[in-house]
Amino acid sequence: MLDLQGYGPRLLEGAGVTVSLAVLSLALSLVLGLATASAKMSRSVVAHRLATLYTTLIRGVPDLVLMMLLFFGGQIGVNVLTDWLYDTTGVDIFININEFVAGVVTIGLIFGAYMGETFRGAFMAVEHGQIEAGKAYGMGDRLVFWRIRFPQMMRHALPGLSNNWMVLLKTTALVSVIGLSDMVRIAAEASKATREPFTFMIVVAVIYLLIASVSEWLFARLQKRYSIGYGEMD
Amino acid sequence: MADTPIPLEVRNITKRFGDTDVLKGLSLEAHKGDVITLIGASGSGKSTFLRCMNLLEQPDAGDLIVHGETIRFKNTAKGREPVDWKQVVRMRAKLSMVFQSFNLWAHMTVLENIIEAPIYVLGKPRKEAIEHAEALLERVGLSHRANAYPAQISGGQQQRGAIARALAMDPEVMLFDEPTSALDPELVGDVLKVMHGLADEGRTMVVVTHEMGFARDVSSQVIYLHEGLAEEAGKPADVLNNPQSARLKQFLAPKY
Repeated sequence: MLDLQGYGPRLLEGAGVTVSLAVLSLALSLVLGLATASAKMSRSVVAHRLATLYTTLIRGVPDLVLMMLLFFGGQIGVNVLTDWLYDTTGVDIFININEFVAGVVTIGLIFGAYMGETFRGAFMAVEHGQIEAGKAYGMGDRLVFWRIRFPQMMRHALPGLSNNWMVLLKTTALVSVIGLSDMVRIAAEASKATREPFTFMIVVAVIYLLIASVSEWLFARLQKRYSIGYGEMD
Repeated sequence: MADTPIPLEVRNITKRFGDTDVLKGLSLEAHKGDVITLIGASGSGKSTFLRCMNLLEQPDAGDLIVHGETIRFKNTAKGREPVDWKQVVRMRAKLSMVFQSFNLWAHMTVLENIIEAPIYVLGKPRKEAIEHAEALLERVGLSHRANAYPAQISGGQQQRGAIARALAMDPEVMLFDEPTSALDPELVGDVLKVMHGLADEGRTMVVVTHEMGFARDVSSQVIYLHEGLAEEAGKPADVLNNPQSARLKQFLAPKY
């Protein structure tokens, strides 16, 4: 039947890299997204401009280009810094940018911009009267945010978030260009060595599908949880 | 009685939206047990006036004194703002508002709506808050829907729930912003009945309303607003039964 010619364990390892990369990037992008949305909705002009610059820049440049810019450009930047340190103080250190960290940071940065727009739209969809009621009952900004705006926003944000997550998951395949041994890179290596690309790519496709299905199920549960109270008359 | 501070005092409030002067210097004193109704045509400024009392709108000028505590304001480039938002939050907890569109929090059950602010704002123990909430639900006739979400009950039930939520704060003053205007006619009576009961037990209330019957029966003072000014004010018997200005006469006249 399916003969992975000994590449099975490595593929599995690669799948592990893919999943942890995706999950950590997701976490970073959610934090950045919330911060971006808050900045865009804040009354501070500076915060608003910075956030707009960020989303415009990120959304206007291809993911692959960004990844290479950040990884190779980042390495050059670090090298310049350590060279300068050696020249001025004589301290000789070498810092190698870790591919995994670079991957998480890049993907997190990219999707933070998309998440930001998703969150912003969702926050704006919360009825103003709901927030006003919070204020009128003596809630400060923090309480209003965590008790009312956030839970009500999530209902509107989740479809967009789940969409972003699916794209993010597949974007992790790009990290093979910076040398990270994710599932795709290992499958590509195996394909070359065994000259059976179909076998390995099918396996990779199935694993992606599997991860996607599990996440869809999770998102459906979250959606249900955050839709409580929005049903019809019973 | 001389020692107890007046629950709510508003002096010379003005408010401008763009080029329009919405409030042109309005004052009000709500003593304990007073029921003050604000009446007037739409656009007269009555809702804005009410919303200035808990600072959902920021008045451009004038004083606000809640239970003897004067709210401090400062002038900034963006307009007049309270100096200390903590003071505002503390003051809002003493005034609870009932909105025209109910504004019960949609993601919480009726019971959760009622215990929310007592727990998170007043710091009441959960168990105590629930006991109080159950008693209040009983009183507004909504015990059987305690665990329903707002979207699952009628407008009249939602508004009675909202009144229970307001009562749960043990407020100094209750502010009602056209509480029956969004209701189907057959549901108005239940809400008015509850409000009538509150007035009878000596609650201090400021009510913006179009319900002249309620204004006549329940209020200790009626203020008729026109274009941001109090055109007539006084006992309901005087203002409603014996209006002086032609405008108020026309406002009170049957419309059909």
